[in-house]
Amino acid sequence: MGARYFGAAVRRREDPRFLRGEGRYVDDVKLPGLLHAAFVRSPHAHARIRAVRTDRAAGAAGVARVLAFADVARWMRPLPLFGAVPPGLAARVNVTLKQAPQLALARDVVRYVGEIVVMVVADSRALAEDACELVEVEYEPLPALVDPLAAAEASDLLLHAEWGDNVAVRFATGFGDAARAIAEADVLVRERFEIQRYVGMPLETRGVVARWDPRDGALTTWNGTQVVHFVQQGLCAALGLPPHKVRVIAPDVGGGFGTKASGYPEDLLIPVAAIACRRPVKWIEDRREHMAAAAHARGQVHDIELAARRDGTFLAVRDRIVMDLGAYNVWGIVLPYNTVAHLLGPHRVPHLAVECRGVVTNKVPNAPYRGAGRPEAVFAMDRIVDRLARALGLDPAAVRRRNYLSAADLPYELAIPYRDGNPLVYDSGDFRAGLEAALDAVGYEAVRGEQAELRRRGVYRGVGISGYVEGTAIGPYEGATVRLDPAGRAVVATGACSQGQGHETSLAQIAADALGVPLDWVTVVGGDTAAIPFGVGTFASRSAVNAGSSVLLAARRVRDKLAQAAARLLEAAPADVDIDEGMAFVRGAPSSRVDLARVIQAALPTFAAAGPVTPDFEATVYHHQPTVTYTSAVHVALVEVDPATGVVRLLRYVVAHDCGTVINPTIVEGQIHGGVAQGVGGALLEEMVYDEAGQLLTGTLMDYLVPTAMELPAIETVHLTYPSPRNPLGIKGIGEGGAISPPAAIANAVEDALAPFGVTVRRTPLGPAVVEALIRPAGGAAGPRT
Amino acid sequence: VKPAPFDYVLARSLAEALEVLGRHGEAAKVLAGGQSLVPLLNLRLARPAVVLDINGATELDGLTPADGELRVGALARLRGLERWATGRAPLLEEVLRLVGHPAIRVRGTVVGSLVHADPAAELPALLLCCDGAVRVRSAAAGERLVSGDALYLGPLTTSLRADELAVEARFRLPPPGAGWGFAEVARRHGDFALVGSLAWLALDPEGRVGQARLGFFGVGATPVRSQAGEAALIGRAPSPERVREAARAAAAALRPEADLHATADYRRRVAAVLAERTLSAAVCRCRSGP
Repeated sequence: MGARYFGAAVRRREDPRFLRGEGRYVDDVKLPGLLHAAFVRSPHAHARIRAVRTDRAAGAAGVARVLAFADVARWMRPLPLFGAVPPGLAARVNVTLKQAPQLALARDVVRYVGEIVVMVVADSRALAEDACELVEVEYEPLPALVDPLAAAEASDLLLHAEWGDNVAVRFATGFGDAARAIAEADVLVRERFEIQRYVGMPLETRGVVARWDPRDGALTTWNGTQVVHFVQQGLCAALGLPPHKVRVIAPDVGGGFGTKASGYPEDLLIPVAAIACRRPVKWIEDRREHMAAAAHARGQVHDIELAARRDGTFLAVRDRIVMDLGAYNVWGIVLPYNTVAHLLGPHRVPHLAVECRGVVTNKVPNAPYRGAGRPEAVFAMDRIVDRLARALGLDPAAVRRRNYLSAADLPYELAIPYRDGNPLVYDSGDFRAGLEAALDAVGYEAVRGEQAELRRRGVYRGVGISGYVEGTAIGPYEGATVRLDPAGRAVVATGACSQGQGHETSLAQIAADALGVPLDWVTVVGGDTAAIPFGVGTFASRSAVNAGSSVLLAARRVRDKLAQAAARLLEAAPADVDIDEGMAFVRGAPSSRVDLARVIQAALPTFAAAGPVTPDFEATVYHHQPTVTYTSAVHVALVEVDPATGVVRLLRYVVAHDCGTVINPTIVEGQIHGGVAQGVGGALLEEMVYDEAGQLLTGTLMDYLVPTAMELPAIETVHLTYPSPRNPLGIKGIGEGGAISPPAAIANAVEDALAPFGVTVRRTPLGPAVVEALIRPAGGAAGPRT
Repeated sequence: VKPAPFDYVLARSLAEALEVLGRHGEAAKVLAGGQSLVPLLNLRLARPAVVLDINGATELDGLTPADGELRVGALARLRGLERWATGRAPLLEEVLRLVGHPAIRVRGTVVGSLVHADPAAELPALLLCCDGAVRVRSAAAGERLVSGDALYLGPLTTSLRADELAVEARFRLPPPGAGWGFAEVARRHGDFALVGSLAWLALDPEGRVGQARLGFFGVGATPVRSQAGEAALIGRAPSPERVREAARAAAAALRPEADLHATADYRRRVAAVLAERTLSAAVCRCRSGP
């Protein structure tokens, strides 16, 4: 395959329509006779439903139907659950896993503010909301579990009585003899670090439109989801329909970040409403609903210890983790085990002992969000590494140099399995080289010199480092169909839908090169179950590797068939046929060229003869990806802190990263920029706050603060390329990485800036009042300890 | 987030607006730029029976400098005042740059921001420090001028009666030669401040403080003009020590409240820090020119 497009900074082909406002999102789906849904949601964090009265609402103006649990009971199967323990993992780690099924409409008990109790369908959304106010629900409030540490220990107050406790996931793992290594070490540092609850917050909220076709007994639903095939499976199970009668389409989707990869009540309720009303129904999640009821993320407490020699060589890590999973354990072992598998990252650590508990609380169910356990693990690890450096009086960069793995160490196996049950073996990379590249880019020595000079003038600057190694591209597969039309133009269909990742460009680059056609001959279709019968979806930095490999292999098959057909036409051997820019020709004889439309036409049967090959130039490949590829990066943040106000200003942000072979550097940088922006949000601004009663205090974007362009510096990136041996293109995933390190890097930088005050950063986000309180312990006088 | 049902009335003149307001009183809400009202409507936190749109009363538009005062009509947008202030009134310019974002300032009105009375907003504190007032009218009682000092009663609460419409704001700008300072701590650019301070000073020929204004926002139920801080400076040479004392005295008199983003103590401490900075900047600008 020639590399005409692969690796080039091709402009994103989807951008013109987005920039012109010509995208088509779920809310742009307008159908004749459309009804609109709104929901009555629980105002209580935990309550028993005593009675539901809907008659006043049902009689209100413009109302088509009011549906409570009893009205839709026949369709109420438990919502889909994810994250069962795969056999390879079960064989090596003893995991206790409990998952409580959530019903789309609450039946007896509500377990978080925002859980749906009643659905109202009306002529307009406004009328539906008016009618919601007329629905009367009698609740018997129950005590709420909000603090995950309390939930972990509670035995009297249970979210799911049949469990006997609130611990949904529990396991211990590790290798070596951490207890002994810790007992014998020169130095031991230990801290409790807390990562707050924060969320993906896509620009486009969720949304569902459903149309029931009584003629065919078929359902079509448009859903702003990352996982159309999972949504289809859930609908088939609940509605008792075969997959070909349920078509799920994710049109343009304005950001997913994991938030849109969960199974949600509305995925089922809107189709149910369309069936019940015999009219199409639309629901567009408003921002208030999104804040209160779309998946939340993060929220972990780490009691972590790091043992080392006097020279800074790491000996052992021990970590006890409690994570808040919200009200239902939707995602099984995904978040707990991801956290543990990514704790050590780029460091060589001979002994590891981890205990992990995932607990349920009266909050919105958690789901993986860009990084999915990795930002939390990296925060704990990189913070304790900096605490060790400070305890030993060593530069944090020097400590990392001593402990980072380099190319000579790879492949490198951690003696625990990965989440998919396969051995956890870093496939390629050079983390030490990444560290040096990042330090060079920021000018580390110069920054340190300047820091000392500025401190003398009362200006407090700090530099913080964080590195991660990230399992990306989790399998087990994604598929692609490559099909030529009679003109030789290609349609590439895949189950990996795009929420802004640029698949229409990057997957087309792969297909165009593999087929030998111009880029604009390729149309990529994602997010439509009618286009390909099997799919997993886009999440976990998986689409480039999984779908990209399938596109490559399928396009090669189509090309081989084209070469056979062209060989007959050109009177040459197939091996001598070359295809480039949409023309087939005998290698070395460019004047022999014929365009692909003619090659395809010539394959059609005539009255005289069958064609040389059948005219279906189409192939489908389901690339098998048994385990992950390992992306890595080192982030360096430079901050300035105003000690009098606690204001943190982010001055520079450097990322040196390896994501294997790069399909499109513009798209890779865009992914990094977006990820870093969300990570900066986690470091400085974003937190979902509940009060003791389980009421959400950050219910609007006035209270829950996402970073804007004004809060971000230019992000400087350095590309390192260590191809993965685990797929034919050598690529690794890059979707999440940017979001992993900023909380750790920025927290380290803030602590470094405030080193003269002797502060320890234990929690994010680092808002001004939080930072000022660090400097000024209650009642104490502020001032550097000189 | 759809508003509860309401009747919409577009007033095509001031007289019509006053007539509607007189008829509906508390049940009506005035819509000018809508940057505060519309979110409240959509969240159903405000449920007026009538939304009175005054954008048709074009006589309420306009910016008029007169008698050392700047008069700002009820339809004048924040962005219009920002443009006017650029190069003419640096304190106003700097303050307006931090009121929301450009898109908000293009729609939002100056008078709307003043009578919305968010205690963390910048403009109400500016009004106090510019000896400002709001001219109000009603169909029943005619016109009166409410000084800034008498306007603010509590969070989102003014002394305007239900049938009164704020038709104009008046600011008295700092005299030529005065120095000014403005500083706020906000979580993000364009957010309401956690705490903020603004000041201007005019020195007499001997270098003593002849006039002083020191204001705060985000420090309690209403914007604050600090008599204590100003009194500590008037008639004295504004040495760094004196400025610091004034800032501390001013902050000590504040009664800030805690919320999700900051404690009351944080606000009081940082109010002192910011007041010292704004006063120091003002002193510096008195001496070097604006």
